[in-house]
Amino acid sequence: MRSLLRYLGSYKKESVLAPLFKLLEALFELFVPLVMARIIDIGIKNGDIGYILQMGGLLILLGIIGLVCSLTAQYFAAKAAVGFGTALRHDLFQHIQSLSYSEVDTVGTSTLITRMTSDINQVQSGVNLFLRLFMRSPFIVFGAMIMAFTIDWKAAMIFVITIPALSVVVFGIMLISIPMYRKVQSRLDRVTQLTRENLVGARVIRAFNRQKDERENFTEANALLMKVQVFVGKITALLNPVTYIIINVAIVVLLWVGANQVNNGIILQGAVVALVNYMSQILVELVKLANLIINITKSLACANRIQNVMELKPSLTEYSTTEVKETNSETYIEFDHVTFAYQNAKEPSLTDISFKVKKGQTIGIIGGTGSGKSSLINLIPRFYDATEGKITVGGTDIKNYPLNQIRTMVGIVPQKAVLFKGTIAENMRWGKKDATEVEMMEALRTAQAAEVVEGKEGRLNADILQGGKNLSGGQRQRLTIARALVKKPEILILDDSASALDYATDAKLRKAIKQMDRNMTVFIVSQRSTTIQYADQIIVLDDGKIVGIGTHEELLRSCEVYQEIYYSQFPKEGRQNG
Amino acid sequence: MGKEKNKEVMLKVLRSIRPYWFLVVLSFVMAAVTVALTLYVPILIGYAVDEIVAAGNVNFPGVWAIIKQIVVVIVITALSQWLMNVCNNRITFRVIKDIRTKAFHRLENLPLKYVDSHQYGDVVSRIVSDVDQFSDGLLMGLTQLFSGVITIIGTLAFMLYLNWIIALVVVIITPLSLFVARFIAQRTYTMFHKQSETRGKLTSLIDEMIGNQKVVQAFGYEDDALKRFDKINETLGEFSLKATFFSSITNPATRFVNGVVYAGVGIVGAIAAVNGVLTVGRLTSFLSYANQYTKPFNEISGVITELQNALASAARVFELMEEEPQIPDAEDAVVLADVDGNVEMDHVYFSYTPEQKLIEDFNLNVKPGQRIAIVGPTGCGKSTIINLLMRFYDVDDGCVKVEGEDIRHITRESLRDNYGMVLQETWLKSGTIRENIIYGKPDASEEEMILASKAAHAHSFIKRLPQGYDTVITEDGGNLSQGQKQLLCIARVMLCLPPMLILDEATSSIDTRTEIRIQKAFAKMMQGRTSFIVAHRLSTIKEADVILVMNNGNIIEQGTHEELLAQNGFYANLYNSQFAL
Repeated sequence: MRSLLRYLGSYKKESVLAPLFKLLEALFELFVPLVMARIIDIGIKNGDIGYILQMGGLLILLGIIGLVCSLTAQYFAAKAAVGFGTALRHDLFQHIQSLSYSEVDTVGTSTLITRMTSDINQVQSGVNLFLRLFMRSPFIVFGAMIMAFTIDWKAAMIFVITIPALSVVVFGIMLISIPMYRKVQSRLDRVTQLTRENLVGARVIRAFNRQKDERENFTEANALLMKVQVFVGKITALLNPVTYIIINVAIVVLLWVGANQVNNGIILQGAVVALVNYMSQILVELVKLANLIINITKSLACANRIQNVMELKPSLTEYSTTEVKETNSETYIEFDHVTFAYQNAKEPSLTDISFKVKKGQTIGIIGGTGSGKSSLINLIPRFYDATEGKITVGGTDIKNYPLNQIRTMVGIVPQKAVLFKGTIAENMRWGKKDATEVEMMEALRTAQAAEVVEGKEGRLNADILQGGKNLSGGQRQRLTIARALVKKPEILILDDSASALDYATDAKLRKAIKQMDRNMTVFIVSQRSTTIQYADQIIVLDDGKIVGIGTHEELLRSCEVYQEIYYSQFPKEGRQNG
Repeated sequence: MGKEKNKEVMLKVLRSIRPYWFLVVLSFVMAAVTVALTLYVPILIGYAVDEIVAAGNVNFPGVWAIIKQIVVVIVITALSQWLMNVCNNRITFRVIKDIRTKAFHRLENLPLKYVDSHQYGDVVSRIVSDVDQFSDGLLMGLTQLFSGVITIIGTLAFMLYLNWIIALVVVIITPLSLFVARFIAQRTYTMFHKQSETRGKLTSLIDEMIGNQKVVQAFGYEDDALKRFDKINETLGEFSLKATFFSSITNPATRFVNGVVYAGVGIVGAIAAVNGVLTVGRLTSFLSYANQYTKPFNEISGVITELQNALASAARVFELMEEEPQIPDAEDAVVLADVDGNVEMDHVYFSYTPEQKLIEDFNLNVKPGQRIAIVGPTGCGKSTIINLLMRFYDVDDGCVKVEGEDIRHITRESLRDNYGMVLQETWLKSGTIRENIIYGKPDASEEEMILASKAAHAHSFIKRLPQGYDTVITEDGGNLSQGQKQLLCIARVMLCLPPMLILDEATSSIDTRTEIRIQKAFAKMMQGRTSFIVAHRLSTIKEADVILVMNNGNIIEQGTHEELLAQNGFYANLYNSQFAL
């Protein structure tokens, strides 16, 4: 939290003035019972109507000054809190964007999104509340007590006893109930989860005829929830009656002590009324304070979560920002004894990978689920750093490229076809900001996506919904391929990105890419052996190790794993039919 | 929402509270007692003040008597307040529980058509947050409304009883606070609306950019994203400032109005006291009324909006609970036993929406032990056939028969018991791996379970998980790969070993080597049993006895792999395209 406080730095003035004006307001509020006491003790006693009107005017004046002070305070508090939130949001967004794949993997995107949204909102309103109330409530509570002392010390002693007693009750009940609210939340989460599960899994549940058990599960979870809710309810139900008793008993004692003091001529009748008034003020403020503390605690938890994200350091370092000039070497890309393990993973995902690629070659990568195919290609644009070994592109270690340069050189089509809300053209321009319509259409044609665009009203300006929901899986994949092609990358990586396409379209796509640019180096990751069959080199991965490298014919002769994969898709006679 | 509908919803709400009518009555009585006594205390205090006049002029026995009265009143008030709270709690949470349980039971009985055509989030929010809103707003709201109204009436009555002139002052100034509150509320509402609209925009941008950070980084889009973010963030800042400020005006403003009422009572009361119409003690009572008189007004205006929200939520919950359930099993429905695997689809017509025809005059005859494969482009109706076979949907015309019996005359339970199903959408429960595998057969022994897992080639990866079979997986198996999830779903079915099997893209995320091994296991287990296989990968279905090639809701070709290739039609085209280039 402390380091987040620097975001209030630009709002120092506001952060000081807000509580200050709040104090002023409280101060004026504390005068009110005193003025009233004077009306009774001087005005009424002497029958001085002029004095009464004067004091009455003073009361209204106090109210107006209080209102002005408090509006000023509210404005400053709002300004500081909103400014704080806006600045924090900006920085956190920028920070998250700088995190590398490793951090995103460990933290998880949904967590990051909650930090960005609800957590910041909670902290923002916490700051607002804090600036407004943290001074006011304790000030009124103790102020009332001090005022009581100015009236009569004997009567004030009742305040000294009452305030701690009330605090113990109010804060005690809160302390007991807060952890239980957490329990309520977790049981409510369970109910939500069961409901969700039963919707998503409706088919499976019915297929297995488990409706009755699911109903029982739900009823049980629901009953558990009710039980804890009723229990918490019982405890919080005590708050009002108990504080009511304490405050009113205190007033009763006050009356008795007051009666004695008046009788002895130490104080006047109006002073007794003032004391009773101060007592009533205390309760209201203590309850406010308790609520404030609940809110602040919540905000602090959120602030800590945000802080944790802020403290994440991107694990990738940009070693150089000077653009690397291409050198003409025979080998364009080289993996030199590369080993790679994900953060916190026990076993490496890739072990001792070495291979060389010439410019313009097409490289197929094949292997079973979890064999390390995607891990391998993710190393090329430096989404992750190799744990051991070295990767060079154009003769230079990729660590010596500016991140921006290496990523511009590489066009990657990820497994999950992601499109963004906006028009098709806007999505295409992710690859190249100033792409012309001709360039975009060319890329779309190569990606076999021209028909997708032509089928839409407004063509390139047709809208895509968030996540590309208004497109089929195959259409999405083709558009993401086109997006990567628009920037005419030097290295194109297709990470199993044609899986939703039928074989015919897949084949046409590969043909079109091949014709596109002789100098483009292409990596194709696939589980389909037909997709990579005609690659210049095929890398066969098994359990993170290269078990074969060569052309289709070579591998079919020499590589056992490759044979197994191939024949699993084309039982021996397959080729004849083709 | 129309008045009529509101009334209707209200009636339903009352019906759901009816089992607790005794608690409701008790709560209302206690509320009335609490309010009356709370209002009585200031009067007693006023009496006491009147006994404390000046030095040497204090009536101690009088004060003592009043103090005794006050203590009794306090204790009774606190007790009735506590009782009221406890009653309200009970009513609220019990009604919530009842409604949730009922809604969930209905959910399990709704036709899949409902589940498929409604967003999950929407249904979940009806059962979870709408029910909460409904109970909080309605039950708490009603009691607050009740005690608020009693407080206002009671205060008025007491004030009139004490002194009608001063009472008039209070009555005249108080509406001021209502006007102020209304004025602020309107301003605040527009600002809050704008704030939440902008917040929504920002959230969806964050959702897209952070959610797909990998793509953003791959395209070096970070700076553009930040620019777009800043633009919305700034607008949000402006609206937030206004919304926060306006909403925070309410408290000081009502405090000010309160202060004016207080001053008014003070001035008029003091003048009255000078004229001997009012004692100082009565003035004290008045002052404390003035302090709290505006409170119930503010509360009531808050409660009314809350009530409106609650009614809207209640309407949504009831809508779900009154949704037409699936047609119950016919009374004379037979229990399907001794299934050989004869399945027949006879002139079947079906479509999800009347405007879009899908399956027309579909005929199929499957003999025991046959392996039927269904292929075809996306959207051709492959999965629909499965929906009809399992009776997730009912046919529009024609019929589906198992062992010669129309499945509408078979109990759903026994029909589905005879099918094993693995879908492309892998669904796993949150719970342990073990719980998931034995989902279809909860009484399976350890050996049976391990055997099934081994057959599904899931055993080896399960063994490698931190707690083996007792590893807890999160909702929808988030921490497993798609392929691993499919293996678990297959193990789940293998354990039940039903007479008929449906595999809808069941192995699409499993690598082909493992797939072949699984298929061999299936083949061995399914010896003599009927199976339906839907797949994209042609290698998956080549061995089938009959391949149905579907397009636009119809079978366009039918035969074995070799026969279809010889026909040189749609299938042959599809198949050969694999080897193009």
